[in-house]
Amino acid sequence: MIRALLIACGLIAAALPALAQGTLQDVLQAHRAEVESPSRATVGTVLDALDDSDLPGVATFLERWQDRAVWVRASDGLFFYAEEQDDGSYALLDISTEEPVGTAAASEISEIRPNGGVRREIASALVEFQLADPDPARRRAAVTAIARAMEPEQLAPLAASVEDEPDAALRAQKERLARMLTALYGDTPEARIAAIESFAGETAVDARAILNRIVATRREAAAALPEDANIARELRPGGAIAEDEAYEMLVAEELAPPRVPAGDVLAALTANLADGVVAGVPVETLGDPDARDRAYAALAEAGLVQPRLTDDGIAEALASHAFWDEYVEPDPAITDAAERALSATELKVAAAQSADLALDALSLASIYFLAAIGLAITFGVMGVINMAHGEFIMMGAYTGYVVQQWGWVPNYTVAILIALPLAFAVTFAAGVAMERLVIRWLYHRPLETLLATFGISIALQQMAKNIFGTQARPLTSPSWLGGSWEPSDLISISYIRIAIFALALVFLAVLLFILKRTRLGLEVRAVTQNPGMAASMGINPGRINMLTFGLGSGIAGIAGVAIGLYAQVTSEMGSGYIVQSFMTVVVGGVGNVWGTLAGATMIGGLQKGIEWFNPSNTLAAQTYMILFIILFIQFRPKGIVALKGRAAGD
Amino acid sequence: MRQGFLAKNPSVLWFLLLLALFTLAVTLMAQAGLVSTSLVKTLGKTLCLCLVAVAMDVVWGYCGILSLGHMAFFGLGGYAIGMWLMYARTEAIVAENLAARPIPPTPQEISDAIGSQIFGVVGSSDFPPVWAFAHSLPLQLMAALLVPGLLALVFGWLAFRSRVTGVYLSILTQAMTLALSLYLFQNESGLRGNNGLSGLQNIPGYGHVPQSTISLVFLWASALALGAGYILFAWVVSGRMGSVIRAIRDNEARVRFLGYPVEGFKLFVFTLTAVVAGLAGVLYYPQAGIINPAEVAPIASIYLAVWVAIGGRGRLYGAVIGAAFVSLLSSWFTGGSAPPIDLGVYVIQWTDWWLVLLGLSFVAVTLFAPKGIGGLFDLITARRPVEEERVGDYGPDQGAWRRREGQEEA
Amino acid sequence: MTTLLEVNGVSVTFDGFRAINNLSIQIGEPELRAVIGPNGAGKTTFMDIITGKTKPDEGRVLWGDKGASLLGMSESRIAQEGIGRKFQKPTVFEAQTVAENLGMALKQRRGPLRVLFGRDRGSEAERIAAIAAEIGLADQLTRISGELSHGQKQWLEIGMLLAQDPRLLLVDEPAAGMTPAEREHTTDLLKRAAETRAVVVVEHDMEFVRRLDCKVTVLHEGSVLAEGSLDHVTRDQQVIDVYLGR
Repeated sequence: MIRALLIACGLIAAALPALAQGTLQDVLQAHRAEVESPSRATVGTVLDALDDSDLPGVATFLERWQDRAVWVRASDGLFFYAEEQDDGSYALLDISTEEPVGTAAASEISEIRPNGGVRREIASALVEFQLADPDPARRRAAVTAIARAMEPEQLAPLAASVEDEPDAALRAQKERLARMLTALYGDTPEARIAAIESFAGETAVDARAILNRIVATRREAAAALPEDANIARELRPGGAIAEDEAYEMLVAEELAPPRVPAGDVLAALTANLADGVVAGVPVETLGDPDARDRAYAALAEAGLVQPRLTDDGIAEALASHAFWDEYVEPDPAITDAAERALSATELKVAAAQSADLALDALSLASIYFLAAIGLAITFGVMGVINMAHGEFIMMGAYTGYVVQQWGWVPNYTVAILIALPLAFAVTFAAGVAMERLVIRWLYHRPLETLLATFGISIALQQMAKNIFGTQARPLTSPSWLGGSWEPSDLISISYIRIAIFALALVFLAVLLFILKRTRLGLEVRAVTQNPGMAASMGINPGRINMLTFGLGSGIAGIAGVAIGLYAQVTSEMGSGYIVQSFMTVVVGGVGNVWGTLAGATMIGGLQKGIEWFNPSNTLAAQTYMILFIILFIQFRPKGIVALKGRAAGD
Repeated sequence: MRQGFLAKNPSVLWFLLLLALFTLAVTLMAQAGLVSTSLVKTLGKTLCLCLVAVAMDVVWGYCGILSLGHMAFFGLGGYAIGMWLMYARTEAIVAENLAARPIPPTPQEISDAIGSQIFGVVGSSDFPPVWAFAHSLPLQLMAALLVPGLLALVFGWLAFRSRVTGVYLSILTQAMTLALSLYLFQNESGLRGNNGLSGLQNIPGYGHVPQSTISLVFLWASALALGAGYILFAWVVSGRMGSVIRAIRDNEARVRFLGYPVEGFKLFVFTLTAVVAGLAGVLYYPQAGIINPAEVAPIASIYLAVWVAIGGRGRLYGAVIGAAFVSLLSSWFTGGSAPPIDLGVYVIQWTDWWLVLLGLSFVAVTLFAPKGIGGLFDLITARRPVEEERVGDYGPDQGAWRRREGQEEA
Repeated sequence: MTTLLEVNGVSVTFDGFRAINNLSIQIGEPELRAVIGPNGAGKTTFMDIITGKTKPDEGRVLWGDKGASLLGMSESRIAQEGIGRKFQKPTVFEAQTVAENLGMALKQRRGPLRVLFGRDRGSEAERIAAIAAEIGLADQLTRISGELSHGQKQWLEIGMLLAQDPRLLLVDEPAAGMTPAEREHTTDLLKRAAETRAVVVVEHDMEFVRRLDCKVTVLHEGSVLAEGSLDHVTRDQQVIDVYLGR
């Protein structure tokens, strides 16, 4: 068996050279002089010959040739690849088979060193080879490499390879890349403009990068605007360009003397202080800036210090020079085309960004909704103000943390599925306990409910701190909730936020169902509107209040798990949501689930909108949002979805 | 039938007497070395807190507006005086440094040096516009009273005009406070962001006076302010004005039908108490030495309400007792002076558990002693309690019991 | 007798329910007028409109000799104009004394600074005492009003109205929950008050209205059904159908 294999191998090995008409070495030896000392004029013939040979090792050879890894043996003029050994000699590898064929001392072989121009020619030929490689993976890699480098010489081979590309997707990619290269380096302005115009309105990041590269500018300063430059815009000091920056440019162009820092002026004056006088100016008067200018000018006159311009002088220098942004690309027709293409893109980009912003706002709104909906029940439906609501959110989040981290459930997905109902149970129980022990004694004193629940809030917060420490605890989401959904280059939203959005929708549906379609909901509404009447109909208001409060608190617990998944779990996380949640309920309209939804949407949208104007400062966004809400309540004191008439209870 | 104001309000006399005795006693003990400077400062600060608590009591206990913004007014007063303290002191230091140079400084150099000293921490050296008057003590003092007053006036006008009452109003004031503290947290606010203003215990021009003396001066000033504020508010809540204010608390709509412009009264009380809160802040922060946006956060105002509730709403001395009792107890517990309790399995460290105790005892006070500590005085004077909860007719309907503070009633 | 209050073509709708429908009433000065009608006839809403609590959708409410419109005024402004109102449920300030309650109601300047700096002229105490005597609470002046009986509270509230010295008094079911003796006292009070001013009494109790012996307006579904002496309206077939016959 083994014997048979060996024989087969031997047969194939014997057959190979016979199939190829000569080896790579033969082709190279035919153009030995051009290979050994290539020049731009002659290298073409070698490359053509290699191209024609269709031998398998050509691409490898071109790569190594370009990398200066091809050596020639002085004794017989044969080409080898060589690797330096530990003892300083070189191991020679056959140029066709890449198998070791012996060693040589450093003196016996010499390296072939093609110059820069030649190497570019080689690279271009190499690209051609790679682009035509039978292996699609290598072709794709070549295209990716071109897209990264974007060199002018890649254009021709790329364009040439488009025709023969069998893979449709790759072909489209090549074609697009060729257009990009044409836009940048096309031979004729017409070709470039056509390529540029083909990108008009495209929002993809790479296309916009190409266009932006074409309209790249550099900043220049001179005595007057040049006639022939392709000027993007003229700049006025103090306007489009800061005065300091403009003056620095003048200094850099040696059109004005450098500024002397105030410290240096002071040092110069101090150094030249003698007998209470600096250059004829008495030292007592030097607290006056004008006196200082005079003294320094006198010193400069005397050649003791470097001259400098006063503020007036600087203003004059700025006025007498021109500043402008100049396109790097000299042809105005091309830059105009690129600007046009970009402005056509702008609208689409703005639309995509708005969509992204809207998604952001929606996800923030769903978080606010989750945080507030429990409150909407306890505050809105029952009229009980629960300052500990935020702490119920925190309790829910810590429940999730305990389930996940204390080693009970190793699988994150299972942990979350356990944590959600468990968090509901824990906070439901806490809510019921609080209602029974505290709140039911205070139904007729809402302001005191506020304070009592605040007492519970600080106690709970401190207890959480004592148990879990002040450090933020992570709640890890399952891996399938990692990553994000990116429908386009400009729009992306993480799966976790989508999950929270979905959770908010589920909550909304469940809550509406409970309140509108179940016996419990009916009784809750009855007790809300008239407890005495409800009681005489056989409804136990105490029980209903207890259940309603438990429901609101339990929902806070679930919200806590959801919020914990994307934010850190700390003992203070609840207090960050409480004011926002109250705002959401009040703005939306008290006593109405839809109102809470509207409030959350408005507040989330507003906050993102304000952040968009000033992305660096989320604190400012919150400040302005609260101010807006205060004003909003002026005009709609009962919120967006207001109950009217007698039902409003006034 | 006609009596003097003090004769009608004997508690004012008692209060002033006790305050004077307290201040004298502390002064004497401090001179004798029995009371440390830091304790004198703590007591002086407590007097300022008592003053703002009295203001809070007037606006909440008498007028029924649970404002969660009075500590913000307090903080604004502190910021206003802090700006002057910091500016003047830095100016003195800078002037001293620059005077050592052979060449006199230009005004620009002085301003730059002060600016980089003060705003170096937030990476700036330019003076923001809000510091325009920081060089002048009278102007900053005016600002300390006017800024809280104006803020209260504008906010109150907006809120009362749209008839926001009860818990809604509380939430709205809390939102205002949150907005203010968030604004102050930003470096762009020009008030050094979360660094706040510091070094306020050094009074410019009095660097040579030891802190022990300065602390006593501030103790006296605080006591004086508390005394004056107490008289002012006792006067406001007595007589016809007091009648109307309490009537607004109990039934706003009815007062309106008597022909009183309820919004005007509320606005008057809200603004006046805000100004007094600002004044308390002016005296507090030079003793505290530092002010930062956390001091303005909503939680501080909620604590203020807690003090007043524990002390007893609707009586001025109750507010003083509550503020003094809770804030001193709080500093005793959090200062680590309270002995830990060893339960065998767990040692209760009061620094960790004090807030839990406070929170729960607060719940207990609201539930079992709604009149607070001040209610104890009723036992002494045997003032007969009024059944305050009874608004409507007695009956099986729970709704008749419910006093709807949050809604208008015919 | 001149016209003091003219309500003209007023309508108001709550969530599609027409509480007042093209209502027109004129009240003279001095005059005692009883307004009766079944539940939901719009009696309380009628008072709400006059006192500024409810803004009507259409119509005019004119006041006084100059015919000033009341519709743009706030509740407190309307009260200062001289319209006093007594609510169905006695609403006095229960935490304050009888004297304080009356003192607040006394006719005087109402601005916060006026109230704060106003001097307590001795005449005020005398006026309070006089009113207290009139409502039979002279020996109760220092009592907390929350401790008063139901009837005493009703009187206290009437006393507060008198202290306001209004030109128009709106009284909502003053006799509810009173003993016969107290009712008689109340009737006397109202009749005496009506000698110098306009008094509008909303009442259910026919016996009480008969004792008032005045012009009666019958409201039904938000508009005037009949007007005239009690005997006149009780003979009206429409009135019998919608109200008395039931």
